Amino acid sequence: MNKPAERLYNGIIKENPTFVLMLGMCPTLAVTTSAVNGAGMGLTTTVILVLSNMMISMLRKVIPDRVRIPAYIVVVATFVTLVQFLLQAYIPTLNDALGIYIPLIVVNCIILGRAESYASKNGVFLSMFDGIGMGLGFTVGLTLIGVFRELLGNGTIFNIKVLPDSYEPIVIFVLAPGAFFVLAFLVAVQNKVKNRKQTEHSVMATCDTGCAGCASIGICNGHIETGKQEEE
Amino acid sequence: MKELFLVAVGAALVNNVVLSQFLGLCPFLGVSKKVNTAAGMSGAVIFVITIATIVTWLINEFILIPFNVMYMQTIVFILVIAALVQFVEMFLKKFSQGLYQSLGVFLPLITTNCAVLGVAISNVTNGYGFVTALVSGIATSIGFAIAIIILAGIREKIEYNDIPESFQGTPIVLLTSGLMAIAFYGFAGLI
Repeated sequence: MNKPAERLYNGIIKENPTFVLMLGMCPTLAVTTSAVNGAGMGLTTTVILVLSNMMISMLRKVIPDRVRIPAYIVVVATFVTLVQFLLQAYIPTLNDALGIYIPLIVVNCIILGRAESYASKNGVFLSMFDGIGMGLGFTVGLTLIGVFRELLGNGTIFNIKVLPDSYEPIVIFVLAPGAFFVLAFLVAVQNKVKNRKQTEHSVMATCDTGCAGCASIGICNGHIETGKQEEE
Repeated sequence: MKELFLVAVGAALVNNVVLSQFLGLCPFLGVSKKVNTAAGMSGAVIFVITIATIVTWLINEFILIPFNVMYMQTIVFILVIAALVQFVEMFLKKFSQGLYQSLGVFLPLITTNCAVLGVAISNVTNGYGFVTALVSGIATSIGFAIAIIILAGIREKIEYNDIPESFQGTPIVLLTSGLMAIAFYGFAGLI
């Protein structure tokens, strides 16, 4: 796989910021009351992430190592302010829906994390694709949560009615607790898939003759990784 | 006086910073394994938010508004908060070893705690006066402390429970927080 495509795959699937890295939790839970808001927040973050990744990559040889974090913060905050103005001018409805969470993109750990771990070490072109990949991964995560919450809490997806009128919306899913529940279930499903994959994988790797005759069956069944490492 | 009390109850319980506004989730999920560390974190958060509220309010009122550069808010506030946290850390290290020992490790984490920036910005957007802003800042951070300490207490008990495999780790913590958020909805009747 060539490099730009590899960055996209890495961001959207392999290191998906929402489900795998569990970064940027505040916007993930706060603005996903509907699929449109989730997608809007995701795309806004993507734009800022791509711009700041490119800018930081360009400046990576100029910024002294000791003051790099404040320098990154200034770059990110500048782009956030610019994007906020653009939203206010051209998409005021989205601006009202996202509210305080737009300026708070500055402290979204995904952006600083990518600046520190990728853009500060790689060229402009690859950093751009890294930003696009990570941003789209974030957008996919937010939209998915938004779709579930909107479907259960309102009976619609992207404001289009999909469930029949006889369905009584479970309002709690568009309120704060619903955000926690939906994310919990999505992570649990993902854990389930991952556990199954890992069991198959380790069985294949260790026991050529099948599991029944394998002496280490006790170990490999008990060796399934469950809990995820937590972010600070 | 009555108004201030309403602001305080609203910020601490009704619109709880974590459970209904989703600010400061990273430390809420990350440092809530033990009650002791959770209490240390909340101490540091109360400390930093109180000072940050005062400083950002003064900067906004006496620098940003007179010079008509309110659009610089985000940049100025985040830099001030980052510098402030550094300064508080150095100050504590020099003058109060005891406090530094208990809060020190948590301080660098707080720069990226969106609750601090969130309080500063919402004080400005709500147009609070100095005293109201201070009360809302302190109450918000106390709300954070209440939420994280309760969660840590529950998580210490969860350790001994038999949780379905897929729900171990993050999912069960999220479910617990969701139930807490429902419980905190009960406070809405207070105002």
